[in-house]
Amino acid sequence: MYDVAVLGAGPAGMAAVAELAGQGGSNGARVLWLDENAAAGGQVYRGIAEPLKLLARSYRPARKLFEAARGTDAEYIPGATIWHLDPGATLGFSVSGVARMVEARRVIIATGALERPMPVPGWTLPGVMTVGAAQTMLKAQGLVPQGRVVLAGQGPLLWLYAAQAIAAGAPPALILETRPAGNMWRALPQLPGFLVSHYGWKGLALLRRLRAVPVKRAASLRIEQAGDELRVTWPRGEALADHVLLHQGVVPHVNLAQAAGCALEWREDQACFTPVTDAWGESSVPGIAVAGDGAGIAGAEAAECSGRIAALAALYALGRIDAAARDGRAVRWQKRRAAWGRGRAFLDALYLPSPAQRRAAPDAIACRCEEVTGQALIDAARAGATGPNQTKAFLRCGMGPCQGRQCALTLVETIAAARGVEPSKVAPLRARNPVKPVSLAEIAVMPVSEADEAAVLSRR
Amino acid sequence: MFRRLRESAPIAFTFEGEAVQGRAGDSVAAALLALGVRAPRDTAVSGAPRGPYCMMGVCFDCLVEIDGVANRQGCMVALTPGMVVRRQRGKRDV
Repeated sequence: MYDVAVLGAGPAGMAAVAELAGQGGSNGARVLWLDENAAAGGQVYRGIAEPLKLLARSYRPARKLFEAARGTDAEYIPGATIWHLDPGATLGFSVSGVARMVEARRVIIATGALERPMPVPGWTLPGVMTVGAAQTMLKAQGLVPQGRVVLAGQGPLLWLYAAQAIAAGAPPALILETRPAGNMWRALPQLPGFLVSHYGWKGLALLRRLRAVPVKRAASLRIEQAGDELRVTWPRGEALADHVLLHQGVVPHVNLAQAAGCALEWREDQACFTPVTDAWGESSVPGIAVAGDGAGIAGAEAAECSGRIAALAALYALGRIDAAARDGRAVRWQKRRAAWGRGRAFLDALYLPSPAQRRAAPDAIACRCEEVTGQALIDAARAGATGPNQTKAFLRCGMGPCQGRQCALTLVETIAAARGVEPSKVAPLRARNPVKPVSLAEIAVMPVSEADEAAVLSRR
Repeated sequence: MFRRLRESAPIAFTFEGEAVQGRAGDSVAAALLALGVRAPRDTAVSGAPRGPYCMMGVCFDCLVEIDGVANRQGCMVALTPGMVVRRQRGKRDV
Protein backbone atom coordinates (compact mmCIF):
# COMPACT_ATOMS: atom_id res chain seq x y z
CA MET A 1 0.00 0.00 0.00
CA TYR A 2 1.37 3.36 -1.06
CA ASP A 3 0.52 6.59 0.73
CA VAL A 4 0.28 8.58 -2.49
CA ALA A 5 0.33 7.64 -6.16
CA VAL A 6 1.24 10.48 -8.51
CA LEU A 7 0.17 9.79 -12.09
CA GLY A 8 2.12 11.75 -14.67
CA ALA A 9 5.52 13.45 -14.77
CA GLY A 10 4.79 16.79 -16.39
CA PRO A 11 5.05 19.98 -14.34
CA ALA A 12 2.14 19.08 -12.02
CA GLY A 13 3.39 15.54 -11.39
CA MET A 14 7.00 16.60 -10.86
CA ALA A 15 5.89 19.34 -8.44
CA ALA A 16 3.64 16.97 -6.49
CA VAL A 17 6.47 14.50 -6.08
CA ALA A 18 8.94 17.22 -5.07
CA GLU A 19 6.52 18.60 -2.48
CA LEU A 20 5.62 15.17 -1.10
CA ALA A 21 9.29 14.52 -0.49
CA GLY A 22 9.34 17.63 1.66
CA GLN A 23 11.59 20.59 2.13
CA GLY A 24 14.96 19.63 3.54
CA GLY A 25 13.94 16.16 4.62
CA SER A 26 11.42 13.49 3.91
CA ASN A 27 7.83 13.76 5.04
CA GLY A 28 7.95 10.01 5.28
CA ALA A 29 5.22 9.40 2.74
CA ARG A 30 5.61 6.34 0.54
CA VAL A 31 5.13 7.68 -2.96
CA LEU A 32 4.57 5.79 -6.19
CA TRP A 33 5.26 7.93 -9.26
CA LEU A 34 4.06 6.59 -12.59
CA ASP A 35 4.58 8.11 -16.02
CA GLU A 36 3.69 6.78 -19.44
CA ASN A 37 6.73 8.39 -21.03
CA ALA A 38 10.27 7.06 -20.81
CA ALA A 39 11.55 10.30 -19.23
CA ALA A 40 10.06 12.93 -16.93
CA GLY A 41 9.09 16.40 -18.18
CA GLY A 42 5.67 15.75 -19.68
CA GLN A 43 4.85 17.11 -23.12
CA VAL A 44 5.88 20.67 -22.30
CA TYR A 45 9.38 19.80 -21.08
CA ARG A 46 9.89 16.73 -23.24
CA GLY A 47 13.56 15.93 -23.61
CA ILE A 48 14.52 18.10 -20.61
CA ALA A 49 17.28 15.70 -19.54
CA GLU A 50 19.26 16.57 -22.70
CA PRO A 51 17.47 19.45 -24.43
CA LEU A 52 18.24 20.68 -27.93
CA LYS A 53 20.24 23.89 -27.91
CA LEU A 54 17.31 25.91 -29.23
CA LEU A 55 15.13 24.75 -26.32
CA ALA A 56 17.68 24.95 -23.52
CA ARG A 57 16.82 28.50 -22.50
CA SER A 58 13.07 27.96 -22.31
CA TYR A 59 13.64 24.76 -20.31
CA ARG A 60 15.97 26.35 -17.77
CA PRO A 61 13.34 27.43 -15.20
CA ALA A 62 11.91 23.88 -15.13
CA ARG A 63 15.31 22.25 -14.72
CA LYS A 64 15.32 22.74 -10.93
CA LEU A 65 11.90 21.15 -10.63
CA PHE A 66 12.97 18.20 -12.77
CA GLU A 67 16.06 17.63 -10.63
CA ALA A 68 14.13 18.05 -7.37
CA ALA A 69 11.55 15.47 -8.39
CA ARG A 70 14.12 13.03 -9.74
CA GLY A 71 16.15 13.38 -6.54
CA THR A 72 13.35 12.22 -4.23
CA ASP A 73 12.94 8.70 -2.90
CA ALA A 74 9.58 8.29 -4.68
CA GLU A 75 9.31 4.94 -6.46
CA TYR A 76 9.53 6.28 -10.00
CA ILE A 77 8.31 3.99 -12.77
CA PRO A 78 8.60 5.48 -16.28
CA GLY A 79 7.10 3.76 -19.31
CA ALA A 80 4.03 2.80 -17.25
CA THR A 81 0.72 2.65 -19.10
CA ILE A 82 -2.06 3.13 -16.55
CA TRP A 83 -5.18 1.24 -17.61
CA HIS A 84 -7.19 1.16 -14.40
CA LEU A 85 -8.13 3.52 -11.61
CA ASP A 86 -11.19 2.98 -9.47
CA PRO A 87 -12.81 5.09 -6.73
CA GLY A 88 -11.07 2.95 -4.10
CA ALA A 89 -7.71 4.11 -5.51
CA THR A 90 -6.71 0.72 -6.87
CA LEU A 91 -4.45 1.23 -9.86
CA GLY A 92 -3.66 -1.07 -12.74
CA PHE A 93 -0.69 -0.43 -15.00
CA SER A 94 1.66 -2.17 -17.38
CA VAL A 95 5.36 -1.73 -18.00
CA SER A 96 6.77 -3.40 -21.14
CA GLY A 97 3.81 -5.76 -21.32
CA VAL A 98 3.86 -6.79 -17.64
CA ALA A 99 0.74 -5.77 -15.72
CA ARG A 100 0.42 -4.99 -12.00
CA MET A 101 -2.26 -3.76 -9.65
CA VAL A 102 -1.44 -1.67 -6.58
CA GLU A 103 -3.31 0.33 -3.96
CA ALA A 104 -2.73 3.83 -2.68
CA ARG A 105 -4.35 5.90 0.07
CA ARG A 106 -4.35 9.01 -2.09
CA VAL A 107 -4.03 9.57 -5.81
CA ILE A 108 -2.94 12.73 -7.62
CA ILE A 109 -3.88 12.57 -11.29
CA ALA A 110 -1.52 14.77 -13.31
CA THR A 111 -2.17 13.53 -16.82
CA GLY A 112 -2.17 16.97 -18.40
CA ALA A 113 -3.72 18.01 -21.66
CA LEU A 114 -4.15 16.77 -25.18
CA GLU A 115 -4.81 18.70 -28.37
CA ARG A 116 -8.40 19.56 -29.13
CA PRO A 117 -9.57 17.61 -32.18
CA MET A 118 -9.62 19.61 -35.42
CA PRO A 119 -11.96 17.46 -37.52
CA VAL A 120 -11.58 19.07 -40.96
CA PRO A 121 -12.10 16.97 -44.10
CA GLY A 122 -8.83 15.14 -44.80
CA TRP A 123 -7.38 15.33 -41.27
CA THR A 124 -6.84 11.56 -41.36
CA LEU A 125 -4.58 11.60 -44.44
CA PRO A 126 -0.97 10.46 -44.00
CA GLY A 127 1.24 13.55 -43.83
CA VAL A 128 -1.30 15.42 -41.71
CA MET A 129 -0.27 15.60 -38.06
CA THR A 130 -0.90 17.87 -35.13
CA VAL A 131 1.38 20.80 -34.41
CA GLY A 132 1.97 19.15 -31.03
CA ALA A 133 3.15 15.99 -32.79
CA ALA A 134 5.69 17.96 -34.80
CA GLN A 135 6.82 19.71 -31.63
CA THR A 136 7.18 16.35 -29.86
CA MET A 137 9.46 15.15 -32.67
CA LEU A 138 11.47 18.37 -32.45
CA LYS A 139 11.89 18.09 -28.68
CA ALA A 140 12.45 14.36 -28.40
CA GLN A 141 14.34 13.46 -31.57
CA GLY A 142 15.42 16.78 -33.06
CA LEU A 143 13.38 16.00 -36.20
CA VAL A 144 11.82 18.78 -38.29
CA PRO A 145 9.54 18.31 -41.30
CA GLN A 146 11.12 19.21 -44.63
CA GLY A 147 9.55 20.63 -47.77
CA ARG A 148 6.44 22.78 -47.82
CA VAL A 149 4.99 22.74 -44.34
CA VAL A 150 1.57 24.32 -43.87
CA LEU A 151 0.45 25.12 -40.32
CA ALA A 152 -3.28 25.55 -39.93
CA GLY A 153 -5.34 26.46 -36.90
CA GLN A 154 -5.06 28.72 -33.90
CA GLY A 155 -3.68 28.98 -30.41
CA PRO A 156 -0.44 29.86 -28.62
CA LEU A 157 1.16 26.48 -29.37
CA LEU A 158 0.83 27.01 -33.13
CA TRP A 159 2.77 30.28 -32.95
CA LEU A 160 5.30 28.88 -30.51
CA TYR A 161 6.02 25.90 -32.76
CA ALA A 162 6.29 28.15 -35.81
CA ALA A 163 8.93 30.22 -33.99
CA GLN A 164 10.80 27.06 -32.93
CA ALA A 165 10.72 25.72 -36.50
CA ILE A 166 12.19 29.02 -37.74
CA ALA A 167 14.92 28.82 -35.09
CA ALA A 168 15.60 25.26 -36.26
CA GLY A 169 16.10 26.51 -39.82
CA ALA A 170 12.90 24.90 -41.08
CA PRO A 171 10.38 27.75 -41.40
CA PRO A 172 6.81 26.87 -42.36
CA ALA A 173 5.82 27.79 -45.92
CA LEU A 174 2.44 29.13 -44.83
CA ILE A 175 0.35 29.65 -41.73
CA LEU A 176 -3.41 29.48 -42.15
CA GLU A 177 -4.93 31.19 -39.19
CA THR A 178 -8.44 29.93 -38.46
CA ARG A 179 -9.16 32.18 -35.46
CA PRO A 180 -12.74 33.46 -35.78
CA ALA A 181 -12.78 37.18 -36.63
CA GLY A 182 -15.14 38.00 -33.77
CA ASN A 183 -12.84 36.52 -31.12
CA MET A 184 -10.69 39.63 -30.93
CA TRP A 185 -13.71 41.71 -29.93
CA ARG A 186 -14.73 39.17 -27.32
CA ALA A 187 -11.19 39.05 -25.97
CA LEU A 188 -10.64 42.80 -25.97
CA PRO A 189 -11.92 43.44 -22.41
CA GLN A 190 -9.23 41.00 -21.21
CA LEU A 191 -6.42 42.66 -23.19
CA PRO A 192 -5.12 45.00 -20.44
CA GLY A 193 -4.85 42.03 -18.05
CA PHE A 194 -2.98 40.09 -20.73
CA LEU A 195 -0.51 42.86 -21.50
CA VAL A 196 0.60 43.14 -17.89
CA SER A 197 0.66 39.34 -17.41
CA HIS A 198 3.63 36.99 -17.70
CA TYR A 199 2.35 36.04 -21.17
CA GLY A 200 2.05 39.55 -22.63
CA TRP A 201 5.61 40.35 -23.66
CA LYS A 202 6.40 36.74 -24.37
CA GLY A 203 3.52 36.64 -26.83
CA LEU A 204 4.40 39.89 -28.57
CA ALA A 205 8.07 38.93 -28.86
CA LEU A 206 6.99 35.60 -30.32
CA LEU A 207 4.82 37.18 -32.99
CA ARG A 208 7.69 39.50 -34.00
CA ARG A 209 9.87 36.47 -34.75
CA LEU A 210 7.27 35.23 -37.22
CA ARG A 211 7.27 38.22 -39.54
CA ALA A 212 8.96 36.33 -42.37
CA VAL A 213 6.23 33.67 -42.63
CA PRO A 214 3.14 34.38 -44.77
CA VAL A 215 -0.05 34.23 -42.73
CA LYS A 216 -3.47 33.92 -44.36
CA ARG A 217 -6.88 33.92 -42.73
CA ALA A 218 -9.06 30.87 -43.26
CA ALA A 219 -12.30 30.32 -41.36
CA SER A 220 -12.47 26.75 -42.68
CA LEU A 221 -10.28 24.41 -44.67
CA ARG A 222 -10.10 20.97 -46.22
CA ILE A 223 -7.22 18.70 -47.15
CA GLU A 224 -7.08 16.31 -50.08
CA GLN A 225 -4.53 13.92 -51.50
CA ALA A 226 -3.08 15.29 -54.77
CA GLY A 227 -0.69 12.66 -56.08
CA ASP A 228 2.17 12.50 -53.59
CA GLU A 229 1.24 15.89 -52.19
CA LEU A 230 -1.49 17.30 -50.03
CA ARG A 231 -3.77 20.04 -51.31
CA VAL A 232 -5.09 22.44 -48.69
CA THR A 233 -8.13 24.46 -49.77
CA TRP A 234 -9.71 27.37 -47.91
CA PRO A 235 -12.41 29.86 -48.96
CA ARG A 236 -9.96 32.23 -50.65
CA GLY A 237 -7.23 30.00 -51.93
CA GLU A 238 -5.35 26.75 -52.04
CA ALA A 239 -1.81 25.51 -51.52
CA LEU A 240 0.12 22.31 -52.09
CA ALA A 241 1.98 20.90 -49.11
CA ASP A 242 4.26 18.05 -48.11
CA HIS A 243 3.17 18.27 -44.47
CA VAL A 244 0.07 19.80 -42.93
CA LEU A 245 0.16 20.47 -39.19
CA LEU A 246 -3.15 21.17 -37.44
CA HIS A 247 -3.88 22.69 -34.05
CA GLN A 248 -6.80 24.36 -32.34
CA GLY A 249 -5.86 24.51 -28.70
CA VAL A 250 -5.54 21.99 -25.90
CA VAL A 251 -8.11 20.45 -23.56
CA PRO A 252 -7.82 18.43 -20.35
CA HIS A 253 -7.05 14.71 -20.74
CA VAL A 254 -9.88 13.49 -18.50
CA ASN A 255 -10.14 9.77 -19.25
CA LEU A 256 -8.46 8.47 -16.11
CA ALA A 257 -10.33 10.84 -13.78
CA GLN A 258 -13.57 9.95 -15.49
CA ALA A 259 -12.94 6.19 -15.23
CA ALA A 260 -12.35 6.66 -11.50
CA GLY A 261 -15.79 8.21 -11.21
CA CYS A 262 -14.73 11.86 -10.83
CA ALA A 263 -17.56 14.21 -11.79
CA LEU A 264 -16.99 16.37 -14.88
CA GLU A 265 -18.52 19.72 -15.76
CA TRP A 266 -18.73 21.58 -19.06
CA ARG A 267 -16.54 24.69 -19.10
CA GLU A 268 -18.02 27.28 -21.40
CA ASP A 269 -14.91 29.52 -21.65
CA GLN A 270 -12.70 26.61 -22.77
CA ALA A 271 -15.46 24.55 -24.48
CA CYS A 272 -14.53 21.26 -22.86
CA PHE A 273 -15.34 18.93 -19.99
CA THR A 274 -13.24 19.43 -16.87
CA PRO A 275 -13.12 17.42 -13.63
CA VAL A 276 -14.87 19.21 -10.78
CA THR A 277 -12.18 20.11 -8.22
CA ASP A 278 -11.93 22.25 -5.10
CA ALA A 279 -9.18 24.78 -4.32
CA TRP A 280 -6.88 21.90 -3.25
CA GLY A 281 -7.47 19.91 -6.43
CA GLU A 282 -9.68 17.33 -4.68
CA SER A 283 -12.16 15.74 -7.09
CA SER A 284 -15.68 14.53 -6.30
CA VAL A 285 -14.14 11.15 -5.35
CA PRO A 286 -12.59 11.32 -1.86
CA GLY A 287 -8.86 10.69 -1.99
CA ILE A 288 -8.48 11.42 -5.69
CA ALA A 289 -7.13 14.83 -6.70
CA VAL A 290 -6.49 16.25 -10.17
CA ALA A 291 -3.65 18.73 -10.64
CA GLY A 292 -2.36 20.65 -13.64
CA ASP A 293 -3.92 21.07 -17.06
CA GLY A 294 -5.94 17.87 -16.54
CA ALA A 295 -8.13 19.91 -14.19
CA GLY A 296 -8.57 22.82 -16.66
CA ILE A 297 -6.07 24.44 -19.00
CA ALA A 298 -3.93 26.95 -17.10
CA GLY A 299 -0.41 26.34 -18.46
CA ALA A 300 2.79 24.74 -17.24
CA GLU A 301 3.67 27.27 -14.54
CA ALA A 302 0.21 27.12 -12.95
CA ALA A 303 0.37 23.31 -13.23
CA GLU A 304 3.49 23.27 -11.07
CA CYS A 305 1.65 25.29 -8.42
CA SER A 306 -1.43 23.08 -8.42
CA GLY A 307 0.79 19.99 -8.17
CA ARG A 308 2.39 21.45 -5.04
CA ILE A 309 -0.99 22.41 -3.58
CA ALA A 310 -2.50 18.95 -4.20
CA ALA A 311 0.56 17.36 -2.58
CA LEU A 312 0.18 19.52 0.54
CA ALA A 313 -3.49 18.53 0.75
CA ALA A 314 -2.47 14.87 0.49
CA LEU A 315 0.15 15.23 3.25
CA TYR A 316 -2.47 16.86 5.47
CA ALA A 317 -5.05 14.14 4.74
CA LEU A 318 -2.46 11.50 5.60
CA GLY A 319 -1.74 13.24 8.91
CA ARG A 320 1.88 14.00 7.94
CA ILE A 321 1.47 17.75 8.38
CA ASP A 322 -1.07 19.83 10.32
CA ALA A 323 -3.46 22.36 8.84
CA ALA A 324 -1.20 25.28 9.78
CA ALA A 325 1.76 23.77 7.93
CA ARG A 326 -0.40 22.93 4.93
CA ASP A 327 -1.86 26.41 4.72
CA GLY A 328 1.46 28.12 5.38
CA ARG A 329 3.33 26.18 2.73
CA ALA A 330 0.50 26.57 0.22
CA VAL A 331 0.41 30.39 0.33
CA ARG A 332 3.34 30.93 -2.01
CA TRP A 333 1.99 28.46 -4.57
CA GLN A 334 -1.51 29.91 -4.40
CA LYS A 335 -0.11 33.39 -5.05
CA ARG A 336 2.06 32.16 -7.88
CA ARG A 337 -0.83 30.26 -9.43
CA ALA A 338 -2.99 33.38 -9.32
CA ALA A 339 -0.19 35.39 -10.96
CA TRP A 340 0.11 32.88 -13.80
CA GLY A 341 -3.67 32.82 -14.14
CA ARG A 342 -3.67 36.45 -15.24
CA GLY A 343 -3.72 36.77 -18.99
CA ARG A 344 -5.24 33.32 -19.56
CA ALA A 345 -8.75 34.70 -19.99
CA PHE A 346 -7.52 36.73 -22.97
CA LEU A 347 -5.88 33.71 -24.58
CA ASP A 348 -8.95 31.53 -23.91
CA ALA A 349 -11.28 34.07 -25.52
CA LEU A 350 -8.96 34.92 -28.42
CA TYR A 351 -8.29 31.35 -29.47
CA LEU A 352 -11.57 29.59 -28.73
CA PRO A 353 -12.53 27.82 -31.97
CA SER A 354 -16.00 28.65 -33.25
CA PRO A 355 -18.76 26.06 -32.71
CA ALA A 356 -18.55 25.15 -36.42
CA GLN A 357 -14.80 24.54 -36.08
CA ARG A 358 -15.44 22.25 -33.11
CA ARG A 359 -17.92 20.10 -35.05
CA ALA A 360 -17.21 17.54 -37.75
CA ALA A 361 -18.49 18.75 -41.12
CA PRO A 362 -20.87 16.21 -42.76
CA ASP A 363 -18.07 14.93 -45.02
CA ALA A 364 -15.35 14.98 -42.35
CA ILE A 365 -14.42 12.06 -40.13
CA ALA A 366 -15.33 12.66 -36.49
CA CYS A 367 -14.11 9.37 -34.98
CA ARG A 368 -10.74 8.49 -36.50
CA CYS A 369 -10.66 4.92 -35.14
CA GLU A 370 -14.08 3.78 -36.34
CA GLU A 371 -14.14 6.17 -39.32
CA VAL A 372 -17.49 7.73 -38.47
CA THR A 373 -18.38 10.92 -40.36
CA GLY A 374 -20.15 14.05 -39.21
CA GLN A 375 -23.11 13.10 -41.42
CA ALA A 376 -23.45 9.70 -39.72
CA LEU A 377 -23.60 11.50 -36.35
CA ILE A 378 -26.21 13.94 -37.61
CA ASP A 379 -28.31 11.02 -38.91
CA ALA A 380 -27.98 9.17 -35.60
CA ALA A 381 -29.02 12.28 -33.68
CA ARG A 382 -32.07 12.63 -35.94
CA ALA A 383 -32.86 8.95 -35.31
CA GLY A 384 -33.01 9.69 -31.59
CA ALA A 385 -29.45 9.41 -30.23
CA THR A 386 -29.18 12.07 -27.52
CA GLY A 387 -25.40 12.00 -27.01
CA PRO A 388 -22.15 10.12 -27.59
CA ASN A 389 -23.11 7.27 -25.25
CA GLN A 390 -26.10 6.55 -27.48
CA THR A 391 -24.25 6.93 -30.79
CA LYS A 392 -21.87 4.21 -29.61
CA ALA A 393 -24.66 1.68 -30.16
CA PHE A 394 -25.48 3.12 -33.58
CA LEU A 395 -21.99 3.72 -34.94
CA ARG A 396 -19.27 2.46 -32.54
CA CYS A 397 -17.77 5.95 -32.48
CA GLY A 398 -15.57 6.44 -29.43
CA MET A 399 -15.12 2.66 -29.06
CA GLY A 400 -11.90 2.17 -31.03
CA PRO A 401 -8.41 1.87 -29.57
CA CYS A 402 -8.10 5.58 -28.65
CA GLN A 403 -11.27 5.20 -26.56
CA GLY A 404 -12.67 8.55 -27.51
CA ARG A 405 -9.61 10.66 -26.76
CA GLN A 406 -9.66 12.04 -30.32
CA CYS A 407 -13.43 12.34 -30.79
CA ALA A 408 -15.22 12.74 -27.45
CA LEU A 409 -15.58 16.52 -27.76
CA THR A 410 -16.36 16.41 -31.49
CA LEU A 411 -19.15 13.92 -30.82
CA VAL A 412 -20.69 16.13 -28.14
CA GLU A 413 -20.51 19.29 -30.26
CA THR A 414 -21.75 17.65 -33.47
CA ILE A 415 -24.67 15.89 -31.78
CA ALA A 416 -25.57 19.01 -29.76
CA ALA A 417 -25.79 21.08 -32.95
CA ALA A 418 -27.86 18.41 -34.71
CA ARG A 419 -30.24 18.38 -31.73
CA GLY A 420 -30.25 22.15 -31.46
CA VAL A 421 -29.05 22.19 -27.84
CA GLU A 422 -26.00 23.57 -26.03
CA PRO A 423 -23.02 21.16 -25.64
CA SER A 424 -23.39 21.50 -21.85
CA LYS A 425 -26.75 19.71 -22.19
CA VAL A 426 -25.13 16.64 -23.76
CA ALA A 427 -23.55 14.06 -21.44
CA PRO A 428 -19.83 13.45 -22.03
CA LEU A 429 -18.65 10.21 -23.63
CA ARG A 430 -18.16 7.78 -20.74
CA ALA A 431 -14.62 6.56 -20.24
CA ARG A 432 -14.46 3.24 -18.44
CA ASN A 433 -11.71 0.98 -17.14
CA PRO A 434 -9.54 -0.25 -18.71
CA VAL A 435 -8.82 3.26 -19.99
CA LYS A 436 -5.97 2.06 -22.19
CA PRO A 437 -5.87 -1.22 -24.10
CA VAL A 438 -4.39 -4.07 -22.08
CA SER A 439 -4.14 -7.62 -23.39
CA LEU A 440 -6.00 -10.50 -21.74
CA ALA A 441 -2.66 -12.32 -21.64
CA GLU A 442 -1.23 -9.56 -19.43
CA ILE A 443 -4.16 -9.76 -17.04
CA ALA A 444 -4.16 -13.56 -17.03
CA VAL A 445 -0.60 -13.80 -15.75
CA MET A 446 -0.99 -11.14 -13.04
CA PRO A 447 -0.38 -12.44 -9.52
CA VAL A 448 -3.67 -13.15 -7.70
CA SER A 449 -4.31 -12.75 -4.00
CA GLU A 450 -6.36 -15.16 -1.90
CA ALA A 451 -9.16 -12.59 -1.89
CA ASP A 452 -9.14 -12.49 -5.71
CA GLU A 453 -9.37 -16.27 -5.89
CA ALA A 454 -12.17 -16.35 -3.35
CA ALA A 455 -14.11 -13.75 -5.33
CA VAL A 456 -13.97 -15.83 -8.49
CA LEU A 457 -14.50 -19.24 -6.89
CA SER A 458 -17.21 -17.91 -4.50
CA ARG A 459 -15.42 -19.35 -1.48
CA ARG A 460 -15.89 -17.66 1.84
CA MET B 1 10.40 13.89 -45.17
CA PHE B 2 12.10 14.99 -41.98
CA ARG B 3 15.53 16.41 -41.27
CA ARG B 4 17.60 15.67 -38.17
CA LEU B 5 18.97 18.60 -36.19
CA ARG B 6 21.31 16.34 -34.25
CA GLU B 7 22.88 13.01 -34.90
CA SER B 8 23.02 10.17 -32.43
CA ALA B 9 24.16 6.55 -32.56
CA PRO B 10 22.58 4.54 -35.39
CA ILE B 11 20.20 1.71 -34.46
CA ALA B 12 19.65 -1.11 -36.94
CA PHE B 13 16.19 -2.66 -37.21
CA THR B 14 13.98 -4.13 -39.89
CA PHE B 15 10.77 -2.77 -41.37
CA GLU B 16 8.73 -5.15 -43.51
CA GLY B 17 11.79 -7.39 -43.70
CA GLU B 18 14.09 -4.67 -45.01
CA ALA B 19 17.20 -3.68 -43.01
CA VAL B 20 16.93 -0.01 -42.05
CA GLN B 21 18.40 2.41 -39.51
CA GLY B 22 17.00 4.73 -36.89
CA ARG B 23 18.84 6.74 -34.26
CA ALA B 24 19.23 6.46 -30.51
CA GLY B 25 16.39 8.38 -28.88
CA ASP B 26 13.89 7.55 -31.64
CA SER B 27 10.51 6.06 -30.94
CA VAL B 28 9.49 3.44 -33.50
CA ALA B 29 7.02 5.90 -35.05
CA ALA B 30 9.62 8.70 -35.24
CA ALA B 31 12.17 6.36 -36.83
CA LEU B 32 9.66 5.30 -39.50
CA LEU B 33 8.68 8.90 -40.25
CA ALA B 34 12.36 9.85 -40.51
CA LEU B 35 12.74 7.04 -43.07
CA GLY B 36 9.91 8.52 -45.11
CA VAL B 37 7.26 5.95 -44.12
CA ARG B 38 4.21 8.18 -43.86
CA ALA B 39 1.54 5.53 -43.37
CA PRO B 40 2.73 2.50 -41.38
CA ARG B 41 -0.78 1.13 -40.95
CA ASP B 42 -4.06 0.50 -42.79
CA THR B 43 -7.20 1.18 -40.80
CA ALA B 44 -9.32 -1.63 -39.37
CA VAL B 45 -12.60 -0.34 -40.85
CA SER B 46 -11.94 0.81 -44.44
CA GLY B 47 -8.34 -0.23 -44.97
CA ALA B 48 -7.30 3.38 -45.67
CA PRO B 49 -3.61 4.20 -45.19
CA ARG B 50 -2.99 6.05 -41.92
CA GLY B 51 0.07 7.53 -40.26
CA PRO B 52 1.11 8.85 -36.85
CA TYR B 53 -0.98 11.85 -35.86
CA CYS B 54 -0.39 12.89 -32.23
CA MET B 55 3.01 11.32 -31.35
CA MET B 56 2.08 11.32 -27.65
CA GLY B 57 0.18 8.09 -27.12
CA VAL B 58 -3.34 9.43 -27.58
CA CYS B 59 -4.53 8.75 -31.13
CA PHE B 60 -3.46 5.14 -31.83
CA ASP B 61 -2.88 5.99 -35.49
CA CYS B 62 0.77 4.89 -35.31
CA LEU B 63 -0.08 1.25 -34.59
CA VAL B 64 2.49 -1.24 -35.88
CA GLU B 65 3.53 -4.83 -35.24
CA ILE B 66 6.71 -4.95 -33.16
CA ASP B 67 8.58 -8.22 -32.61
CA GLY B 68 5.48 -10.21 -33.45
CA VAL B 69 3.13 -8.27 -31.17
CA ALA B 70 0.39 -6.46 -33.12
CA ASN B 71 -1.30 -3.13 -32.32
CA ARG B 72 1.66 -1.53 -30.51
CA GLN B 73 1.75 2.25 -30.29
CA GLY B 74 4.83 3.09 -32.31
CA CYS B 75 5.17 6.53 -30.73
CA MET B 76 5.35 5.08 -27.21
CA VAL B 77 7.92 2.35 -27.88
CA ALA B 78 11.61 3.24 -27.88
CA LEU B 79 13.49 1.88 -30.87
CA THR B 80 16.01 -0.82 -29.88
CA PRO B 81 18.58 -2.68 -31.99
CA GLY B 82 17.27 -5.67 -33.92
CA MET B 83 13.59 -4.80 -33.61
CA VAL B 84 11.39 -6.46 -36.20
CA VAL B 85 8.73 -3.94 -37.22
CA ARG B 86 5.89 -4.61 -39.61
CA ARG B 87 2.91 -2.69 -40.89
CA GLN B 88 -0.33 -3.07 -38.96
CA ARG B 89 -2.81 -4.11 -41.62
CA GLY B 90 -6.35 -3.73 -40.34
CA LYS B 91 -7.26 -5.46 -37.10
CA ARG B 92 -4.90 -7.75 -35.27
CA ASP B 93 -5.48 -11.49 -35.55
CA VAL B 94 -6.44 -13.12 -32.28
